Amino acid sequence: MSGRTITEKIIAAHSAEGAAVAGGIVTLRPDVVLLNDVSGPLAFEQFDAMGATRPFDPARIVLVADHFAPAPDITAAGAIAMTRDFARRHGIAHFYEPGRGGIEHTLLAELGMVGHGGIVFGADSHTCTAGAFNALGIGFGSTDLAGALALGQLWMRVPESIRVELTGTPGPYVTGKDVILELIRRISSDGAADASLEFGGPGLDALPMDARMAIANMAVEAGADTCVFEGDAQSGADMARRGVPAAPAVTADAGATYRQRIAIDLGALSPLVAKPPSPAAGVPVEALRGQKVDQVYVGNCSNGTMTDLRQVAELLRGRQVAPGVRMVVVPATQKIWRQALAEGLLDVFAEAGAAVSPPTCGACFGGHMGILAAGETAIATTNRNYRGRMGHPESQVFLANAWVATAAAIAGEIVPPGEVAAMPGGAA
Amino acid sequence: MSMTFEGRVHRFGDEVNTDVILPGRYLALRDPAELGRHCLEGLDPGFVQRVRPGDILAVGRNFGCGSSREHAVIALKAAGVSAIVAVSAARIFFRNAVNLGLPVILCPEAALALREGEAARITLADMAVEQGGQRWQGLPLGDEVRAILAAGGLVPRVRQALAAA
Repeated sequence: MSGRTITEKIIAAHSAEGAAVAGGIVTLRPDVVLLNDVSGPLAFEQFDAMGATRPFDPARIVLVADHFAPAPDITAAGAIAMTRDFARRHGIAHFYEPGRGGIEHTLLAELGMVGHGGIVFGADSHTCTAGAFNALGIGFGSTDLAGALALGQLWMRVPESIRVELTGTPGPYVTGKDVILELIRRISSDGAADASLEFGGPGLDALPMDARMAIANMAVEAGADTCVFEGDAQSGADMARRGVPAAPAVTADAGATYRQRIAIDLGALSPLVAKPPSPAAGVPVEALRGQKVDQVYVGNCSNGTMTDLRQVAELLRGRQVAPGVRMVVVPATQKIWRQALAEGLLDVFAEAGAAVSPPTCGACFGGHMGILAAGETAIATTNRNYRGRMGHPESQVFLANAWVATAAAIAGEIVPPGEVAAMPGGAA
Repeated sequence: MSMTFEGRVHRFGDEVNTDVILPGRYLALRDPAELGRHCLEGLDPGFVQRVRPGDILAVGRNFGCGSSREHAVIALKAAGVSAIVAVSAARIFFRNAVNLGLPVILCPEAALALREGEAARITLADMAVEQGGQRWQGLPLGDEVRAILAAGGLVPRVRQALAAA
């Protein structure tokens, strides 16, 4: 008998059937259900329309006001009010607003609600971020999650798996962002369709949890159903730090069946930039040297972590954002915001002429807090650069890691970050 | 729901993502009529003027990729789109469409061959796509998908499940 993938094992353990084989249909029961202020209100209306009166388990539901938060207008305020009201009506303690929350996927990990072998259903495509923690995060729409709220389960086709074998150690200015941009560049925006990306190999040692989150976050940009990292000492220690009950890492069997095997040597990567309008259009940063930018945006559920903010500060310290360029830095959660404050990073950003935003999904999805005008160009650490993603249909977005984005802020144009680091002006 | 759809065809290419189907700035809206007015605004602002109730989309690869926003399906339906014939569709979009009773027929040959502006007919019972004497066969739907469509969407399906519990 052939062995099982990590994905098959986690799904089997959460299925009503008690078994899962790629291609089969199962009834899947999540550990956590996650909704936000744009997916939630639609789901709550459908929940009521279904005739449901109480959610399956209020303690395992997490509601986060993050997209239009703090509310930019009356309509958005109404959506957040609906979310708050649903939480109150059904006794859902895990409801988070600005000042106590942050961006849902980063926040969920911070709350200690995801760890080895878990399953998160989220009404947001970037729920796959949970894959960093040896868990499965699966994105759905609002009506599906209304059904999950009502019944505690949903049907799901068990995905095949693609094994991504990571080796080596990344060089200077190469981050998790570059690993995932390289993978998507290779397999394209639907190369992982109907599949789970399973990341493993000795290269994991060189990838801290923030880097793994950045990689897992964009699995959906390769079309993946979900993704999962192998668990290891780092993920185990991370669970202990966040107060997640200890659980053994779920591992793949030696004879597990993979649809495809992909090898990535971290040591061979260089910083990549994805050109508009596709996250799959990654090219080496050198190929875009001289591309002018109007706005630099560091934040979102993939790259708004302490790791990212420390990279920004390292380049910005003693330097200035170029004249004519706007830089917006968005710590992903309130906890990260406060940590950045405590480390003096927020002052480094402000001193350099960058604006610091409260945690929010903000301009990443074209909502608010940094929308682009017609003809404008941004470089962002976000996860999508589709046409009009951050504003006007005639604006454009380049995707890159925090080093590359910050270097562009200082130079006013895309340059390799090592060149900015070598320029005078940086403080020791 | 009706299992046969007839309408004129509107063609779109590959990678039509949910950001261009319903741009993020409208995500706080929930009213279908309001969302319908912005349907495909990010790609083709004239679409809402041309589309008529019952019309069919013929689209390329990975339709509906990106954000899970169900607002995209609500907008398409409210604009009048009755069915989508696709080379391929993103998983979350496909599920959202089925859940709201908007059939997505996976049929690369038909998706590439259907002619813009001409009437086409879709019969879900046998997954047939027809236009001007030509006929194509779409991929069969899974049992669960068929049951949701037959019930009229996921809301009535879950309502039945709750009533039976």
